[in-house]
Amino acid sequence: MDGSVHTEDTWTVAGRTFRSRLIVGTGKYKDYAENAAAAEAAGAEIVTVALRRVNLSDPNQPMLVDYVKPDRFTFLPNTAGCYTGEDAVRLLRLAREAGGWDLVKLEVLSNTKHLLPDMEETLRALKLLVADGFQVMVYCSDDPVYAKKLEDAGAVAIMPLGAPIGSGRGIQNLLNLGLIVEQSTVPVLVDAGVGTASDAAVAMEIGCDAVLMNTAIAEARDPIRMARAMKHAVIAGREAFLAGRMPKRMYADPSSPLTGLI
Amino acid sequence: MNLTVNGESRGFDGAPNVAALVEALGLDVRKVAVERNLEIVPRSAYAATNLSDGDRIEIVHFIGGG
Repeated sequence: MDGSVHTEDTWTVAGRTFRSRLIVGTGKYKDYAENAAAAEAAGAEIVTVALRRVNLSDPNQPMLVDYVKPDRFTFLPNTAGCYTGEDAVRLLRLAREAGGWDLVKLEVLSNTKHLLPDMEETLRALKLLVADGFQVMVYCSDDPVYAKKLEDAGAVAIMPLGAPIGSGRGIQNLLNLGLIVEQSTVPVLVDAGVGTASDAAVAMEIGCDAVLMNTAIAEARDPIRMARAMKHAVIAGREAFLAGRMPKRMYADPSSPLTGLI
Repeated sequence: MNLTVNGESRGFDGAPNVAALVEALGLDVRKVAVERNLEIVPRSAYAATNLSDGDRIEIVHFIGGG
């Protein structure tokens, strides 16, 4: 065709293989219809979801699963709002019963101001969940030491933050993230902090397996268009990583020959 | 019989099982999960799980989240 070699570029987590390297959240959208359209535009195959009490006063209100369908997307239930390991285990057991999925996203947060993960409690919760048979993708700080402990404890994916949840500040510590990518033998995903397309591209360029985002798409002026931008950014970053970037130099290096000038 | 459902106290006639409770609340059984006194009730066991006065029931479903 165009002469270049195309091999299918997939990634695998807990035995499940995916083509899309962009996971999207389902929070903060105007409505579930916009949410579903954004997930489609992003080309996502996995969406994160939360589990909450049903509204008993209005049982007929729209439900997420009627728009973002579980037969189209792999649901990744999260533990948002949990501050202890026991809370997380309780919630995910309900999620497993509601959906039948054992692939879950663990996040144990420390406080409501910065939403940074409580890593001691996250590690403890991970051990409880692994013992209970869950496949756990773990939201964590960008600390390579804790990332290694999570992997040793059985995490199926390491998901360090780029910046606080919903902050849109991009990747704050590329050095740490690079160390986590280098040392990990399970997939590494940047989860949280992406603000715009270039942030997602940077995450992929340093070798992350995928990127997870919610607010960057949901709070864009045009969420569907931003979802499309993120899809392209993740592909571009991945391709650049695979292509291998040129070395950085201190000084210029001309692209046109300096000899043979008239 | 009085139950606490999702934190709200509610009275019910007779002694419903979980299946009857979910139906009485107008919920689609396929889209929710139920916890009774902190224990998961498997969907297959809804009809066989009788409720007792004072039970604390949680009924949850998937919503949008990041």
